[in-house]
Amino acid sequence: MNTEITIDGKKIQAQIGKPLIDVASDNNIYIPSLCYMRGKPCLGTCRVCSVRVNGHVMASCTVPVYEGMDIEVETPDLVDMRKALVEFLFVEGNHNCPSCEKSGRCELQAVGYETGMMVARFPYRFPVRTRDHASKYIWLERDRCIFCQRCVEFIRDEETGQKIFSIDNRSTNASIEIDVELADKMSPKQVKRAADICPVGCIIDKDLGFNKPIGERKYEIKSIKERILKGKPNE
Amino acid sequence: MGQKLVIDPVTRIEGHGKVTIQLDDNNQVVDAKLHVVEFRGFEKFIQGHPYWEAPMLLQRICGICFVSHHLCGAKALDDMVGVGYSKGVDMLPTPEKVRRLGHYAQQLQSHVTAYYYLIVPEMLFGMDAPPEQRNVLGLVEANPELVKRVVQLRKWGQEAIKTVLGKRMHGINSVPGGVNKNISIAERDRLLQGEDGLLSMDEVIEYAKEGLEIFYDFHEKNRHQVDTFADVPALNMSLVDKDGNVDYYHGNIRITDDDKNIITEMDYHDYLDYFSEATEEWSYMKFPFLKALGRDAGSVRVGPLARVNVTKSYGTDTPLAKEALERFHDYTKGKANNMTLHTNWARAIEILHSAELIKNLLNDPDLQKENLILMHSKADWTGEGVGVVEAPRGTLLHHYKANQEGNITFCNLVVATTQNNTVMNRTVRSVAEEYLGGNDIITEGMMNAIEVGIRAYDPCLSCATHATGNMPLDVSIYDAKGKLFANKRR
Repeated sequence: MNTEITIDGKKIQAQIGKPLIDVASDNNIYIPSLCYMRGKPCLGTCRVCSVRVNGHVMASCTVPVYEGMDIEVETPDLVDMRKALVEFLFVEGNHNCPSCEKSGRCELQAVGYETGMMVARFPYRFPVRTRDHASKYIWLERDRCIFCQRCVEFIRDEETGQKIFSIDNRSTNASIEIDVELADKMSPKQVKRAADICPVGCIIDKDLGFNKPIGERKYEIKSIKERILKGKPNE
Repeated sequence: MGQKLVIDPVTRIEGHGKVTIQLDDNNQVVDAKLHVVEFRGFEKFIQGHPYWEAPMLLQRICGICFVSHHLCGAKALDDMVGVGYSKGVDMLPTPEKVRRLGHYAQQLQSHVTAYYYLIVPEMLFGMDAPPEQRNVLGLVEANPELVKRVVQLRKWGQEAIKTVLGKRMHGINSVPGGVNKNISIAERDRLLQGEDGLLSMDEVIEYAKEGLEIFYDFHEKNRHQVDTFADVPALNMSLVDKDGNVDYYHGNIRITDDDKNIITEMDYHDYLDYFSEATEEWSYMKFPFLKALGRDAGSVRVGPLARVNVTKSYGTDTPLAKEALERFHDYTKGKANNMTLHTNWARAIEILHSAELIKNLLNDPDLQKENLILMHSKADWTGEGVGVVEAPRGTLLHHYKANQEGNITFCNLVVATTQNNTVMNRTVRSVAEEYLGGNDIITEGMMNAIEVGIRAYDPCLSCATHATGNMPLDVSIYDAKGKLFANKRR
């Protein structure tokens, strides 16, 4: 069943219950996100898709459409808030784009460009994080993890459905972990899938770095905004 | 009373250094040192990174010769994954030629930058010309057409680099075992034929020839100065092919003496058997030397002058450079050339040599072929690699080790400027003695002569010490009691 909602003053017919972020993109309104994957259950971890719904700031991936919604997306304070959220992600980890093999294919970098981030307004935390390279096929570069939990929820052992990745500890002590035994059973296709859904360069397919020339990398060919609005993020 | 002169910083070089000159009570030079006062930590902070990141991260050490660092790292990675020269495996033709193309393009643009922007101002205006004149802006005023051509030449070099590596600076092309792209017909044709705002290959060669003519003219007018300025001894070192001719990308390391006798020739993978490094408390830059000959006799010179001294010839496929090299060799009648300002002659020859090598490569259909990577498996893994190339400033070495998981555990970089440390200090001493010694009044022009001597090596102190901070050099002169007498700092 459809209802009429308003996004930035524009009246839109939307299906009740559909994630607000999807409705927005279906109507050519780009809302950046770093954890949400269309068609997958909402994670709501990154908060970068924050908008204002009937006066309250909410992550648009977590909000199903309901009757009487009045949504603000492009107000100056919300635009700046989303940019600040992206900046938080940069300062909370150790992101070194120049030498990162995900550069040009990295969603965090791409969203940084889309939100107009030039430099972080917050002090860098420079956390001390160790790398995990014990798995045969996956290099876990924890410096870059933004704790989106895509890998935790969507990459599972193909036989048992067990989680291969998990988050250990909380807050500033949080750490992405990998079950090496299960990870070593992953097929090359699944390893690639894990590396692809990681929005940063945290999950790396060992030995495959820098295989795409500059100019031919994902977001150099087509921007993340264009991909999302076309409903084909991985095309 | 003795004095201590200080030049701080030395200008128009890459990196930050200073010179101190100690004079006695008669104003005779008793000591002269080039201090490198910056420090970097690339060898340490690469540790813990995945091995395949090394050529990408470590090329950030330099904004001038990044392609050399990238390729040196790539060669080391070839070794690590088991398809490198350490196992006697030759690179596939297409990736090797693509790598060479990027390498030669960088040598062209780097030498053009050093030669015209940093060195030619003194050649045209003199060492004691006012500082506000002897720089690239002075050059613009005196000869705008020349500067326009220089800018176009550099642009062409940068565009060639971009074609190979995707970006004008710090691009990415080489991966373990090969490259990630070849050169398309359209890319090749753009570089060969040029376009609006971009020179053609033939114009590049013409402009390169002009650079050489500028040196010849300067030499003709200033023969005594050019031939006597800092004539300092050193062994010469370069990568050579099996015929004993310079190969900027790969070969054995050959070291020759004043009579061009081969002192040592080595597979560069064995460098630790031959070389040791000394340190001094007054500089962050080390002093490499051949163990067999000791620190003084075993110090080598690298870079353009060393290469043209070591190489027997250039190929017939680079006729213009070959002819220029023969003229250079004839000048010293078969002996090695130790005249520091002749480094600029050698650099101009290498600009032309690079241009001709690039032209040959661009006409090679291998560049368009699709076989880009030597396949390798886990079983081939060696975990250790050494890469050496002839960077614009000389012989550059990267040595990495990684554990079975691919984690870098060791990194050693021996860069060209480090190899030149002893000979640069000899040059500073020689110029100080000749230009400053015994003079009651030290002029700015005299101090600049010291910098001219250093600039001839086009030192890259940032690479050599592996630093954060500002670029530039420092000359200080102290009196006999150690009191600072004069100091020059930009």
